[in-house]
Amino acid sequence: MKRLNPSLIAGGVIVAGIVVMALVSFVWTPYDATLVSPASRLLEPSWSHWFGTDKFGRDVLSQIMVGSRTTLFVGVVAVGVAAVIGVPLGILAAMVRRWPGEVIMRGNDLLLAFPALLLAIMFGAVFGASTLTAMVAIGIASVPSFARVIRSGALQVMRTEYVLAARAAGRQPFPIALRHVLPNVTSLITVQASVSFAIAVLAEAALSFLGYGTPPPTPSWGRMLQESQEFLFSAPRLAIFPGIAIAIAVLGFNLLGDGLRDRFDPKLEDRR
Amino acid sequence: MNDVLTVRGLSVTVRETALVSDVDLTVGAGERVGLIGESGSGKSLTALSILGLLPEDVRAGGSVRLDGVDHELVGADERRMSRVRGRDIAMVFQEPMTALNPTMRIGDQIAETMLVHKTLSKPAARTAAADLLERVQLPAETLRAYPHQLSGGQRQRVVLALALANDPALLICDEPTTALDVTVQALVLDLIVRGVVDRSSALLFITHDLAVVATVCERVLVMYGGRVVEAGPVNEVFTRPRHRYTEGLLAASDLETTSRRLTTIPGNVPPAGRFPSGCVFRTRCAHATALCEETPAWSGSEAEGFACHHPAAQGSLEGVADA
Amino acid sequence: MPEHIPTVHDAETPTAIRVVDLVRDYPRPRTSLLQPAPVVHALRGVSLEVKQGERFGIVGESGCGKSTLLRLIAALDRATSGHVIVEDTDITRLPERRLRSLRENLQLVFQDPMSSLDPRMRVRDIIAEPLVVQGHPASGERVRELLEAVGLSADAGDRYPHQFSGGQRQRISIARALAPRPRILIADEPVSALDVSVRAQVLNLISDLVDELNLTLVFVSHDLSVVKHVCDRVAVMNAGQIVETGYTGDVYAAPQHPYTQRLVSAIPTLQRALSGATTADLLAKGEPA
Repeated sequence: MKRLNPSLIAGGVIVAGIVVMALVSFVWTPYDATLVSPASRLLEPSWSHWFGTDKFGRDVLSQIMVGSRTTLFVGVVAVGVAAVIGVPLGILAAMVRRWPGEVIMRGNDLLLAFPALLLAIMFGAVFGASTLTAMVAIGIASVPSFARVIRSGALQVMRTEYVLAARAAGRQPFPIALRHVLPNVTSLITVQASVSFAIAVLAEAALSFLGYGTPPPTPSWGRMLQESQEFLFSAPRLAIFPGIAIAIAVLGFNLLGDGLRDRFDPKLEDRR
Repeated sequence: MNDVLTVRGLSVTVRETALVSDVDLTVGAGERVGLIGESGSGKSLTALSILGLLPEDVRAGGSVRLDGVDHELVGADERRMSRVRGRDIAMVFQEPMTALNPTMRIGDQIAETMLVHKTLSKPAARTAAADLLERVQLPAETLRAYPHQLSGGQRQRVVLALALANDPALLICDEPTTALDVTVQALVLDLIVRGVVDRSSALLFITHDLAVVATVCERVLVMYGGRVVEAGPVNEVFTRPRHRYTEGLLAASDLETTSRRLTTIPGNVPPAGRFPSGCVFRTRCAHATALCEETPAWSGSEAEGFACHHPAAQGSLEGVADA
Repeated sequence: MPEHIPTVHDAETPTAIRVVDLVRDYPRPRTSLLQPAPVVHALRGVSLEVKQGERFGIVGESGCGKSTLLRLIAALDRATSGHVIVEDTDITRLPERRLRSLRENLQLVFQDPMSSLDPRMRVRDIIAEPLVVQGHPASGERVRELLEAVGLSADAGDRYPHQFSGGQRQRISIARALAPRPRILIADEPVSALDVSVRAQVLNLISDLVDELNLTLVFVSHDLSVVKHVCDRVAVMNAGQIVETGYTGDVYAAPQHPYTQRLVSAIPTLQRALSGATTADLLAKGEPA
């Protein structure tokens, strides 16, 4: 019995909304998001500028729309990096039970203990601040949680009798990993990906705020927050709109992750 | 002999699907009644609805009355049911670990069970707990042990001690020994029987194992597809079955047969809620005719009877269809 | 009561499986930094011999070492000492790449019909897996043939395991085991998770296939009654050792070892119950309190 649960629906709708917004921004935005027009600086929200304008006269709504592209891009690449490294590591650690498996997991713990933002700032300092370095750094910092979740799932699969049967039929470890373990941990990967996505969105915002993320003029929600600092009292809306956008995006991906987890949980699924 | 448990027209449904229909069941004081069935037969749901422990989206209908409790148990609110559970009805489940609190010592758990329902003083409860453990043949040191330090059989004995702590009028056991080894099962079964005999409690024993039921119980109800298809004294039902399902089940579980091949019931047990209308067994029955599309009426008394359009002759196991 | 006549195996019948003084110790996780890790002795010197074409039962309760023994015979685990010889090859210390012939000739059927089939694979791929591994062309023909042999319709191949009942899944497991045309079939509690009305079907199926294909059968179970029906000879295991071996009828009727006596007496049967046996009689032979 598979049913859609409220978290899954709410998360799905929010995430779909963000994706649509990003796609629309490619073909249409109310104004050019990077167009500087000193004549219309710091305008209050109005019919012509729904969310107002910033200190350079750029339209805030357009910036938020275009900024969602950065957010999604960062999320996709960071989660991709994390999954591409973390999933094989987790499966490997589960399948080689002796010391190599232990070494992988202890190395993993070490990385887990390292603050993600610090790692990203180090990357930024060494390779120069850019969206790419931010993405890669956040991705690497998300590897341990991936590896950990996938390892526990893979250990469970390795204990099943169908893996035993495959071994008894002479299957080598690599095909077992590919044909049996990987397909049976895909639900875990999906759940972990949406949770990591939320973390990546937040981390990108934090990095851009600190100046280690997306460099100007590419719009980014995090940098919009940073630029709004000096107007926190005179024009708080400049902080509020990107802040709300970040909060909604993080909420959306977390809800999606929760919803997917509930849906894939075999214990709930078997309930009659 | 007064009736401790009286179930009339019990039905269990989840959304539109009927999982249990028209179950009538009476257990007298000191009587040991078996409820036998395979997966999907509704035997466990029957037990859970007596206790009011059905999952959220599952509804019970009909009537369940317990001697000494002045209200209907079907649909009773949680507050009233929790007063009944543990005091008047106790239950032993298949998996003992889930019935014990892993963070509490055994002695505290037994004492607590007694303190919830009775005005026993604390020290008195402790002494009584030791006494109860002794009666399930566990040493006094067990009082200080945590559940994980015990073996499966020991845990099930603790659960039994807990269940018997308040001298319940009715003890329900749901597959209590299915997870245990044969030699441990023997001890636990014996303790269950001695426990209810000592207290003249009624026993409702649920299992899929014919031999266990025959050893433990005096009377048996055979369930299939959410219905009671046959009932009667163990000796009667197991030597002269009338319903074709009972007949087939007995033949299929006869491992003493001299032939290499066992007698089988064709087909598979349908998933719960997917049994045919009319006679629930007709899709697997060699004797089924068009008549079986109508639900067969119950023949005989409530204590002894069957529901079959084409019952086996009152002879023996002859004429079983070999598939 | 009359027994079916066990197949007579004289000295000339070749041996299918020989196990010599097999020991398997498992280290447990360390509980202290100062003391060495505690050791579990799963097998303490087990020896047995199974003739070709024989139906051999291994009976014991949980933790007696029967699963460990089975894994060692199937070369899924490494022995601490001793030897496993399958069809004249000592497989005990062979590396995986030299186990090819064992992987074809010896197949397993497991207990749990839920966990023994990969939920993400179609039935036809499940059954074809041993063939693909061995490099045989996995023809649809062979899969259909196997499905038919275990009494499933040909369209079952397109479906997924969760669409089948426990008994049907066990049939799929058996079809998979038979795919590479093995000579030895090891069944690990193949019917203990099944409903009684389905159990008989699966036991009949195993019995028929063993006869038809001239298989050597090793049948592991906790249930002596089932083993007695299926097997010619039986080994009774307790605490990592074989305590008694013999023809199943003899072991059941006149157990020699005290443990076997206790085991046999503890089995509830309909016959005994209907002739008046009570739960107290199950304990007849001195149950330790």
